[in-house]
Amino acid sequence: MSPRPFTVLQAVAAPFDYPSVDTDQIIPVRYIRTPRAQGYETMLFRDLRFDPAGNERASFVLNRPGFRDAGVLVANTDFGTGSSREQAVWALVDYGIRCVIAVSFGDIFANNAVNHGLLLIREDAAMLTATRAMLDRSPGILIQVDLEAQKWHADCQAPRHFEIEPARKQRLLSGLDEIGLTERFRDDIQRFETDYRSRRSWLNIGSESRHPSVK
Amino acid sequence: MPAPRTLFDKIWEDHSIRQEADGSTLLYIGRHLAHDGSYHAFNALKERGLPLHRPDLTFATPDHGVSTLSHRPEDIVDPVQRRVVDALEANASTHGFTLFGLNDSRQGIIHVVGPELGLTLPGLLLVCGDSHTSTHGALGALAFGIGASDVCHVFATQTLWQRKPRTMQVVVEGRRPDGVTAKDVILAIIARVGANGASGHVIEYAGSTIADMSIEERLTVCNMSIEAGARAGMIAPDQKTYDYLKGRPFAPTGRAWDDAEAYWRTLPSDPDARFDRQIVVEAASLEPMITWGTTPADVVGISGTIPDPLTLSDPSQRAAMMRSLEYMGLVPGTPVRNLTIDQVFIGSCTNARIEDLRAAALIARKGRAVVPAIVSPGSTPVKRQAEAEGLADIFLKAGFEWRESGCSMCCGMNGDLVGPGKRCASTSNRNFPGRQGVDSRTHLMSPAAAAAAALRGCITDPGEFGDQS
Repeated sequence: MSPRPFTVLQAVAAPFDYPSVDTDQIIPVRYIRTPRAQGYETMLFRDLRFDPAGNERASFVLNRPGFRDAGVLVANTDFGTGSSREQAVWALVDYGIRCVIAVSFGDIFANNAVNHGLLLIREDAAMLTATRAMLDRSPGILIQVDLEAQKWHADCQAPRHFEIEPARKQRLLSGLDEIGLTERFRDDIQRFETDYRSRRSWLNIGSESRHPSVK
Repeated sequence: MPAPRTLFDKIWEDHSIRQEADGSTLLYIGRHLAHDGSYHAFNALKERGLPLHRPDLTFATPDHGVSTLSHRPEDIVDPVQRRVVDALEANASTHGFTLFGLNDSRQGIIHVVGPELGLTLPGLLLVCGDSHTSTHGALGALAFGIGASDVCHVFATQTLWQRKPRTMQVVVEGRRPDGVTAKDVILAIIARVGANGASGHVIEYAGSTIADMSIEERLTVCNMSIEAGARAGMIAPDQKTYDYLKGRPFAPTGRAWDDAEAYWRTLPSDPDARFDRQIVVEAASLEPMITWGTTPADVVGISGTIPDPLTLSDPSQRAAMMRSLEYMGLVPGTPVRNLTIDQVFIGSCTNARIEDLRAAALIARKGRAVVPAIVSPGSTPVKRQAEAEGLADIFLKAGFEWRESGCSMCCGMNGDLVGPGKRCASTSNRNFPGRQGVDSRTHLMSPAAAAAAALRGCITDPGEFGDQS
């Protein structure tokens, strides 16, 4: 339940050129009711990675030699837009992706990522274009990430600083479960609830139990 | 003098339990909507052995995986979807929240059901495990979609940690030309802002065009805020909002209504409130809008043509457009009008309320569908109303299929699919590759345009069918 802490990472990076990656691409809808425990690795980028018969598409980046074990995706813009399906994050982390670097991310996807120890780094477009080109030429290049220091770099590049919201950084570093964290504020929540119920009293629409069904 | 505040600021502050030094805020969730897709979050809650903290603030209805051929549970042919829909019933029994189940006359798509029943109210902070939760902002609520872990967090605590988003005002001014619907307005806005251009922002829609819209039109606009990447979309409550809500089953009554309305009237953004960004759209410049590509920002007017990738200077953008056109089977420079289509879908949380069905029926009565076309009402109450008004008969006579309510072909989970390589005129909200089925080709448009496409078998300006008022 608690995400794996993220401190430092050294992993093969794959260039992911698509400038718009909605979560329907990351995991098609027909897989998203799969029980979590079954694992989502094979569903990642399913229709980009495999043809309808289930054969690998040779040109897809994660099927190319040198990129199969990627732990980092160097992406483009608008990664993780669209549907709120958290299964997109499950598919990435189950495959072994621990970090995605892109110009921009979908907001809901970014919120989901932190719950599973997936680090998202925002980087400028020119730097990403150059890095993707380099990775494409030389498959197998490693990227190192140090979350505490907020730095990342590929082999033979100078370290680059990245910004991350302090709350997300702490969550990732600690790997702490959010519900557990919130429980510490139970008294604040209870006090707020009591006050809210009285000042917004029109929201109290009946008993604590469910409203009967209507045929 | 307190600083002027936006509608968003007021609701955010009203639900802030505590703010941390790291910039995160613990928010109280006024109402939580759930659906069959809340399955994973209920499982996570069970694994933790935690109770549902506030069953009285939790409301659910099955929509994503339900059959639109019949609402009998045994008619859900996919065992996976059947299990998930059954699980929602079981969870309602276990946890005691209110369920509008498959046999309940109030069932429907959760984003149609919430406003329709008066569960969605101005000033509320409302969440749901679905990105189109932005819909509810049309009634002056702050409403946004969340993932399964956050849904579980709300189940367990009725709270959520969030960083305060920035604000963006989208002002739409002037009278819409005849035939320009709310769908056309929001598609034009998305094209202007970009498919993730409003990321990190909550949009407030304002201006005379928005003020002039019905509540159902506003729901369509706010629904697709997420397609511009926005966290939420909202519209200040006004007399239309109060008139729409009064008398709805879960809306307050009597003295409680008076208290509520007095508060709601304080919610609109203060005159001097500042937004982090603002854009202005002139309604007079709009026409019926159609998507040509694989993001909802790939929009062209009905009089326009398929764009040319060679006009793009950025190589990856150019490659993406070429991929998109190849996927869609389109040639640059082709007029979008008269593009042959294979099937039609009228439905979804974007465009399946009664006004949408009326608009589609006005066209449908003028001919016969020449391609397979299905109509799935946004909710069971909408379905019954449409039947009472004679709309169902019009659709049936015109050769459209009249289905039960559910998400249907919008998300393609329940077996309602667009075939491989087939081109669909759809009133839904996403044209992503594979969204409506493997290798499906989706063109998003208004209900009137989709009905017109059904009658002609090609993309058609609904204006060709004459006056639709």
